[in-house]
Amino acid sequence: MRSVPPGGKVFVTLEQAETDWVALMCRVRDAQDKVAFAALFRHFAPRIKAFLMKSGASAALAEECAQDVMATLWQKAGQFDPARASVATWVFTIARNRRIDALRRARRPEPEAVVWGPESEPDQADVYAVAQENRRLGVAMAALPEKQRALIERAYYGDLTHSEIALETGLPLGTIKSRIRLALERLRHQMS
Amino acid sequence: MTIRHHLSEPLLMAYAAGSLPEAFALVAASHLSMCDDCRAALAGYEAVGGAVLEAGDAVEISDAGLIATLARLGTPEPRSPMPVRRALILPVPLHDYVGGDLAAVKWRPIGMGVRQSILATTGGCSARLLYIPAGQSVPDHGHRGLELTLVLQGAFCDATDRFGRGDMEIATEALQHAPVAEAGQDCICLAATDARLRFTGVVPRLMQGFLRI
Repeated sequence: MRSVPPGGKVFVTLEQAETDWVALMCRVRDAQDKVAFAALFRHFAPRIKAFLMKSGASAALAEECAQDVMATLWQKAGQFDPARASVATWVFTIARNRRIDALRRARRPEPEAVVWGPESEPDQADVYAVAQENRRLGVAMAALPEKQRALIERAYYGDLTHSEIALETGLPLGTIKSRIRLALERLRHQMS
Repeated sequence: MTIRHHLSEPLLMAYAAGSLPEAFALVAASHLSMCDDCRAALAGYEAVGGAVLEAGDAVEISDAGLIATLARLGTPEPRSPMPVRRALILPVPLHDYVGGDLAAVKWRPIGMGVRQSILATTGGCSARLLYIPAGQSVPDHGHRGLELTLVLQGAFCDATDRFGRGDMEIATEALQHAPVAEAGQDCICLAATDARLRFTGVVPRLMQGFLRI
């Protein structure tokens, strides 16, 4: 278990913020680097397991699914796009889909894929900005009143219906949205 | 194409969290395929999920877990090629449910020229495609729960506004409406609901069991 300071959770510790997960992920993607994979596994697999247990999975099922999620991360590493999502965000989406499949036994309709072609590497400025936005989001979430943060967590554990999710979350999503919007526009322009 | 009516923030958050019933998720994924504004907003809500995961507890996984996972890693899939942009009426996720584009839809007439095709979804909600001839109206009805409608072709109007291709109407219990397909082009919509509609007329009410709406 990771130590949790008294009085609440820390959303982004200094140590975590400084580990370059994107670099490790790119080593997995470009060089099939198993050492980088092991580092990602040690950090993310225990969090995926805890996340799935909070979503109602038993410890055994959560561990099995956490391993599946990490194997998917390896398998689909080519789809990882650091100009559109942080590693934590990408891991979350894989874990979420695994949960829908394993716990709800339902199908997950996904939007049409928008992917970078092999010849168009994402803009480094976008990659940096996405990391910055995610850091700011983490800090903002840590600063939320406990009650509100708990509600957001419950929503992501799949514990709230869409009608139970409150509209006003107080999260600074505006900058993330405009960043992604720009990346999409650039991509559509390349493809047209 | 200018989309004026979008997914609401709670629906985006629920879709990002993976808690929407399949029928609603299908409408959301279809709208997201057509709307970059909502796609960008979704990325924001997924980033919230990433932050929740990152800040959450960690439950120990033994080295045996890592070794077992390392042992099953194969050759990664090659990087996805550029998607081929096809001119489809049905957005890709819907295309997957129908098994083809519009020509593959198995329509059933439900009266007054209106046709429907029920799609197979789980989770207690239903999704259907509706074909409403230009100028034709859908009987006046209210909603017991939530009804999401996405326009795929043509347009319809009700007392609240006009809805064209890509537009979403989010109808709750407060809305009683009689949508009319705009003249000029037949209107095709994807609609999902978590409860049966509430028709005001006697004949539509009698037909409800037969129509499964």
